[in-house]
This record gives sequence, C-alpha cells and structure tokens, in this order.
Amino acid sequence: MKKFQAIFFTLIASLALAVPARAQEAALSLDARVNEAFANATGWFVNFIFMSIPGTNFPWIVMWLVVGATVFTIYFAAVQFRFFGHAIALVKGDYSDPKDAGEVSHFQALATALSGTVGLGNIAGVAVAVGIGGPGATFWMILAGLLGMASKFTECTLGVKYRNEYPDGTVSGGPMYYISKGFDELGLPGGKVLAVMFSIFCILGALGGGNMFQANQAHAQITQITGDFPGWITGIVFAAIVFAVIVGGIKSIARVTEKVVPFMGILYVGAAIVVLIVNYEMIGWAFGQIFAGAFTGLGVAGGFVGALIQGFRRAAFSNEAGVGSAAIAHSAVKTNEPITEGFVSLLEPLIDTVVICTMTALVIIISQQLIIDQATGNYMLNEAGTAIATIDGNSGVALTSAAFGSAISWFPYVLSLAVILFAFSTMISWSYYGLKAWTYLFGEGKTTELVFKIIFCIFIVIGAAASLGPVIDFSDAAIFAMAVVNIFCLYFLMKVVRKELNSYSARLKSGEIKKFTH
Amino acid sequence: MKLVIGLDGRSSGEKALAFAKNLAKKADDCELIVVYVIEWSPFSFQTAAENAERHKRREEEIAIARERVVDPAVADLKAAGLNARAIVRHGDVADTIDSIAHSEDASQIVVARSSDGGLTSRIFGSSTANLVMNARVPVTVVA
Repeated sequence: MKKFQAIFFTLIASLALAVPARAQEAALSLDARVNEAFANATGWFVNFIFMSIPGTNFPWIVMWLVVGATVFTIYFAAVQFRFFGHAIALVKGDYSDPKDAGEVSHFQALATALSGTVGLGNIAGVAVAVGIGGPGATFWMILAGLLGMASKFTECTLGVKYRNEYPDGTVSGGPMYYISKGFDELGLPGGKVLAVMFSIFCILGALGGGNMFQANQAHAQITQITGDFPGWITGIVFAAIVFAVIVGGIKSIARVTEKVVPFMGILYVGAAIVVLIVNYEMIGWAFGQIFAGAFTGLGVAGGFVGALIQGFRRAAFSNEAGVGSAAIAHSAVKTNEPITEGFVSLLEPLIDTVVICTMTALVIIISQQLIIDQATGNYMLNEAGTAIATIDGNSGVALTSAAFGSAISWFPYVLSLAVILFAFSTMISWSYYGLKAWTYLFGEGKTTELVFKIIFCIFIVIGAAASLGPVIDFSDAAIFAMAVVNIFCLYFLMKVVRKELNSYSARLKSGEIKKFTH
Repeated sequence: MKLVIGLDGRSSGEKALAFAKNLAKKADDCELIVVYVIEWSPFSFQTAAENAERHKRREEEIAIARERVVDPAVADLKAAGLNARAIVRHGDVADTIDSIAHSEDASQIVVARSSDGGLTSRIFGSSTANLVMNARVPVTVVA
C-alpha cells in the first residue's frame, strides 16, 4: 500500500513541477550517486598514496618524488643546467640530419609531450597549490620544477633507448619497455613484474589525471559561463568528441586542437605578462610574498610545510617529472642518440612549471584574490580552516579565472576556451599513454584497443559528473603511483643513462658530433 | 653539366621536364636529377599517436611520390637516352630544392611556373618565387 502511495505522490509531484526542473533534480542526484560511489571505491588507494611519514604530516610520496629528482640532479651533476644550451640547439634542429626530414623531429616530440602536460595543472593545479599553501607554494613548485628536469632527462633517455621498433615502421616506448628490457639487460630480476605494475598504474593515471580531472574542471569552467547544469551532459559531449578522434580516427579534430593549443598557451602566458606589466609595481612585493611564504607559511594551514607539500605536489602533477608518462610521448623521435631526447625533454618541466605555473601563481598573488589579514600580514583561512579565504570563495580554476578577470575583464572567456581545449588535448595524449600501457598488458590488436578506448570515454562522463574533491585525490594518487614504480626502477637504470651521457659528451667535446649546416 | 628539375606533381611540372630534356639533349654530357619535395616542417604539432606512426607514414609518402611523380619522369628521361636519377625529400620546397642543387653542385635548377593560388601564397609567396629569390644556383622558370 505504501508503495502505491509513494507512486501516487511521485506522480502528483511530477505534474506539479515543471518538466525541466524534474529532469535536473534526477540528474543532480545521479551526479551525487556517481560521486559517492566513486569516493567509496577509491578512498583506500588515495589514503595509501598520501599516507604521511610516521610522526609527521608529510606525505611520503612527495618526499619520494623530491628525493628522486634530487638524486638524479646530483648523479648527473646538474645535467639540466650544463646541457641547457645544447638542448635548445637540438630543438632548433642544429644537430638534425637533413636526410631524416619527415621523421619525428626533436621539436615535435617535445611539443607532443608538452601538450600532454600543459593544461589544467598549470591553471587549476597552481590555483589549488597557492589557494591552500599560499604564495610560498610557488617557491617550492619552482624548485620542484628545476629538480624535476633531471628526472625527465633520465626517463626520456631510457624511453628512446629501449623502445620497440616494429617491422611496419611504428614505435612503442615508455617505462614498461625500459623497465622490462633494461632489467633483463642488467641481469636484474623482477623487471617484468614491475613493468606490469607500472602499466596498471599508468592506466589508472590515464583514467584519473589524464581524463576525469580534465573532464571535471572543463565542466566547472563551462558552468561558470552558462550557469549550473548536470556534469554528465558535459561528460557525454566530451566523450563523444574524444570517441570520434580516438576510435573514429577523425584526425581533423585532433589536428585543429594540436594547432590551437600552442596558440592558447602563448596567449595564456601573454595575458599573464600583460597582467604583470599592468601591476609592475607589485611584482617585487609578490616575490617577497613567495619567499616569505616559502619559509614561514604566512599563516597557511600546515605552516611552511603545508606550502612545501602543496608546491611539490602540484608541480609533480603539472610537469609529471618522474611519473614516466613523458617517456611514452618522447620515444617516437628520430635519433640515433637516445640521450639527445633526454636533453630535449628536460626543457619540459622548465616550460611547464618554471615558466607557465609561475605565471599563474604570480597573477593570483598580484591580483590579491587571497585575503590578507591587515593586522598580522598573514593570510586568512576560510571557515573550514583548510584553505586561504578568497574574495569570492573561489578555488581551483575559478580562482585563476577571477585573478585574470580582475585585470582583463574579458579574459575569463578566453580562459574557459583555453581550459576546454587544454583538457581535450591532455585527454587525447593520455588516451595514448593509457593505451600503450593497456596494449603492453593485453597485447596489440584492434579489439583490445577498442575496449580500452571505450572505457576511457566512459570515465570522461564519470569525471565530469563527480565533484572535485574525490576526483583530484584519485587523479593525484594514480599518477603518483606510476612515479613509485618508475623512480624505483630509474635508480637501477640510471647507470645506463650515465654511460650514454659520458660517451655523448666526450664525442661532443671532441667534435665527433657536429652541427649540420642547413 | 648537371641539372636539377623540381617537380610538383602537377601538369605544369611536365613542361619543366620537357624543357630540361631539350636542354640536356643539346649538351654533351648531362646528368638530370629529378627532385620532388614533400612539404613538411620539423616545427609542426602532432599527436602522440601520429608520432608513433610517423616513420611508417614517411615511407608511404616517399613510395607514393616515387611511384606517381619521379619514377615516371626518370623513366621518360632514360627512354630518351639521358642520364637521370631521382631524389624525394621532406621539407620546405624552396629550401630543399636549393640545398640539393647546391650540394650536388648542379649548374642549373629548372622548375615550372607556380600554379599555387589562394591566400597562403599571397602572404608567404609561392615556392617558386621563394626559390627564385633565395637560390644559390641559377634558376630557370618554365612558363
């Protein structure tokens, strides 16, 4: 009887309410359900990855990344600074044989890898870092970026050295290949197991940071302009377009994005520079805040350690140094010297983190979106005490948008477009990284590839429908899990890279490796 | 004497070929190098999936260019009793033809009048115009 009553009331309610409102309510509850299920399913994994070092509140994973980057920097005697000029010359094509024209150039490999990393991490991620960790997070972010250049160098050299070149002329490379082949070559056990572990995490990372986080933030950006509507709608539209590209092979969409994205990147940095020029008298103050915050925290939650954790965490998420994803992208380059791609790849964290992320952070700080307690000079926390209070209560991409908007009123619209396009190009890149890990596990073949591509598209919808908290946690956790395996293996394989480095630099010095005259 | 003939895969290229053939017949000892350049830039943007297939695509592009453009031209020249060979390269059309002619120590480049049109050639100039302006080897443009 009660059941009938319920149905009756539901019917009355449906008639009383306008149809669109009803549809929206159902949709919102669907979003909420997706969100809850997702948070429940991934909670344990997230907790493990972000577990603090006993006795501290410092997540072990952040320490892991920084120690890795520092070890590589020392082991290769600051390769990122010594070979910086040479890296630029390689990208310019000074050392490229004209007979190899038509193959993948150093520039193209770098641009492809960058299009996978430049994106929301630089816009939303930095806002999260600065919003929680304060301006001081920027300092640690830059430091992490500079150190991360050595991690990138190590993994991308190995990516090219141990790639698979198939008889049909295609290539596959990445950590799963260098781990298994490299360990075999050195006579170390367990290479295959570690490669499988990496591949599993890479698939999760592709679905998380490379997909759900992107879809989620793209939706947040769209609703800023259009007003609130259910996330799954954005998700389905995105999924359909990505499906068209990766399954339908509609290259024109990808081609348009690949051309527009670099333009958007330049526009973004250009706009940041404009904001800085307009407020030039505050640049000194902003750097003052960055340095002061780096060592005191300026009142942020967790003090300077909070700033440090946020800075390192967001830098790693943005430039992916040590994660291993770039090694997949860089491995297609045409070169007889794997180390040259290592040199080129070390420019990536520099462009991504040291330049673009710093620009975002400076704009947020200078636009004074973060509220300062005038009495103490410290930042005021929000009611929950988890982040710095902002003028309109913004966080993530909305904070960056508000910061740019305060100086250039129409820029939030351009930023929205940029976010959507960056999100899209990052998804396309990660769909490839995930696919390579998938085919490593399950073998190459049209059907296995299609299965992954469909799963990838389904996760776009889930990502757009879930709320930011669980998505960002899972995304970080999955990507960092890749770094756990990758950096562990890099410690064993770095001597291979050093041998390459010594041989190459000796030949460069002796003049055996010459520039080509074009 | 060594002549470089730049072909563009269009009918206008045949005029250049015919012109070079006549010229070569008049000379005592003449080598003809038929060049076809596939427009390509090392500074373009591609997806990771495209990069992974790039080597394969490049081979395919070269094979098609040989089959459809340069091989028939070389066969034609050889049939006329001339000494001819072919080069297919990727790159900027004007730069590449010039650098091949320069490195081969050719005495002349023969190309067809530009058949390009549209906005791009208005802004950046046609490949033929760029070649004429920048070449280090004398250029004959066949109308």
